[in-house]
Amino acid sequence: MSSRIDVSIEHRNVPEPPGKKHPNTCPACDSHYRDDELEAALWVCPHCGHHFTMRARTRIASLADEGSFSEEAADLRSEDPLDFFDLRPYTERLAEAEMKTGLGEAMVIGQAAIDGNGCELAVMDFSFMGGSMGSVVGEKFSRACDSAAQRGVPLVSITASGGARMQEGILSLMQLPKTVCAVEDLHDAGQPMISVMTHPTTAGVLASFASLGDVIVAEPGALLAFTGPRVVQQTTREKLPEDFGLAEQNLRFGHIDAIVPRPELRAYVTRLLRLFGPNGD
Amino acid sequence: MATDHELRLRERLTRLRGLNLLGGTRLSAELEKLQRQLERIQAAPTDEEIWRSVELARHQDRPYTLDYVERLFEDWVELHGDRGRADDAAVVVGIGRFEGRTVALIGNQKGRDIKERTKRNFGMAYPEGYRKAMRLMELAERHGFPLLSLVDIPGAYPGVAAEQHGQGGAIARSQALMSRLGVPIVTCVIGEGGSGGAIATALADRVLMQANSIYTVISPEGCAAILWRDAAEAKKAAAAFKPDAVHCLELGVIDSIVPEPEGGAHTNPDEAARLLGEALRDALDELEPIPADELKRTRRAKFRSLGVYA
Repeated sequence: MSSRIDVSIEHRNVPEPPGKKHPNTCPACDSHYRDDELEAALWVCPHCGHHFTMRARTRIASLADEGSFSEEAADLRSEDPLDFFDLRPYTERLAEAEMKTGLGEAMVIGQAAIDGNGCELAVMDFSFMGGSMGSVVGEKFSRACDSAAQRGVPLVSITASGGARMQEGILSLMQLPKTVCAVEDLHDAGQPMISVMTHPTTAGVLASFASLGDVIVAEPGALLAFTGPRVVQQTTREKLPEDFGLAEQNLRFGHIDAIVPRPELRAYVTRLLRLFGPNGD
Repeated sequence: MATDHELRLRERLTRLRGLNLLGGTRLSAELEKLQRQLERIQAAPTDEEIWRSVELARHQDRPYTLDYVERLFEDWVELHGDRGRADDAAVVVGIGRFEGRTVALIGNQKGRDIKERTKRNFGMAYPEGYRKAMRLMELAERHGFPLLSLVDIPGAYPGVAAEQHGQGGAIARSQALMSRLGVPIVTCVIGEGGSGGAIATALADRVLMQANSIYTVISPEGCAAILWRDAAEAKKAAAAFKPDAVHCLELGVIDSIVPEPEGGAHTNPDEAARLLGEALRDALDELEPIPADELKRTRRAKFRSLGVYA
């Protein structure tokens, strides 16, 4: 079994396979768009409704009232507690991710208002090392919970992650209980958490804070799985159902409350914030 | 490598010494812990020793949960089923008499022969296993029984049905429940502490590791397959992410290391059980006088402090 594990997850210096699509080409229907066209459509294919990956800052702009977002803990940076070196040093991968994304880490947190309702946002960015959760993501999420609790506002979490960041070894696994305890403290402070799972929300993030929302919603077609389809297939040789691990299957099996298309998300979250808010007004 | 860690720990020590904010007793405990860690660093294991831990942790004759239960407990009653849909044989739960008190126990259980291994799914739990564990946590809370958990799992089962039954959510909720309990919780990793499958039952007041056990975010093979693109590089991966007990102690992830008989727990299960029993008893003795609220608060604060960043 071990020798058959798929290794295609992270290729480097490998020529692009022929037929690989441009990032602005819809993988579902092959329609092609300019950046500004996708931007205007919230990165949802205007033709078939496919949801492209959305960057953290774009997401925040799409949800928060203009000018309301005030970022917190922006200066937190990962360290390299294990001096981790695989084919390249971890520090090099981090620097490259920061250059590429313009973000310090795979999560952005801060205070915001959505349609006038105060809240705390914790938004992940899959472009930063696959949205993997290391010490900084854990710490930022933990601080977002505290900030929400202190100000008496709900937390809205938007996840996109391949799981724990293995370059931080066991400390990345410890971000699971860390974020779980943070949510529990938030709940003890009487504040709700709304969890929005976007493609993909898998492994360590699914197995920790993302699954602890008072309300959990997902975007259409998002992969929400503890173990992704490729590894399941290779490990167990099982035949996979067509919608294996997707939001639609998760809804059917009772793991999430709703599938909310991106253009409707702001109104949906607003309604929840009002309901959880003071006097339900 | 060791010097880097040494510097970091020394820095933490200095910072803590100059701190007046924390309660006096807890601060000195933290100082002691750091001092112990510093002493350990001088003897940081080599790559070869790390791999030996991986092999011993997976040794086919290594004692499993029920081997320890048999040696440490009187009046053991195993309980079955998650009260929802199944009884997951990869997770053993029950109540028993341990050193004069009734305790609740959750343990991962692999199988000895091929028939039992199949029955126990090679120790890989389904969500049903975690729901069974949660049922026992609730029982422990209701009756004020301390909770022991023995961790020995390659990983939560990666199958179609496991996903459909909510593997990720079950692991998250099991941790959440542990963070809410008012009874003392002691966990010991007794073999493989495999990723999410392990942490699901390891959010404890005291986390121990047997000297030859491992605690990992991903299996060495899985890590090698992803980062080296070759599962055969597992040895390199293990050396890089350091899953052995000494490194886990150094990183503050565990509280102490439980010694094993010379050559590993499997060479003398009776002695291994005696050493484990002593460590569990000491941890419980220490925790039992602490009021429920404080236990819970300190437990959460401890896990919320884990991580290294700038």
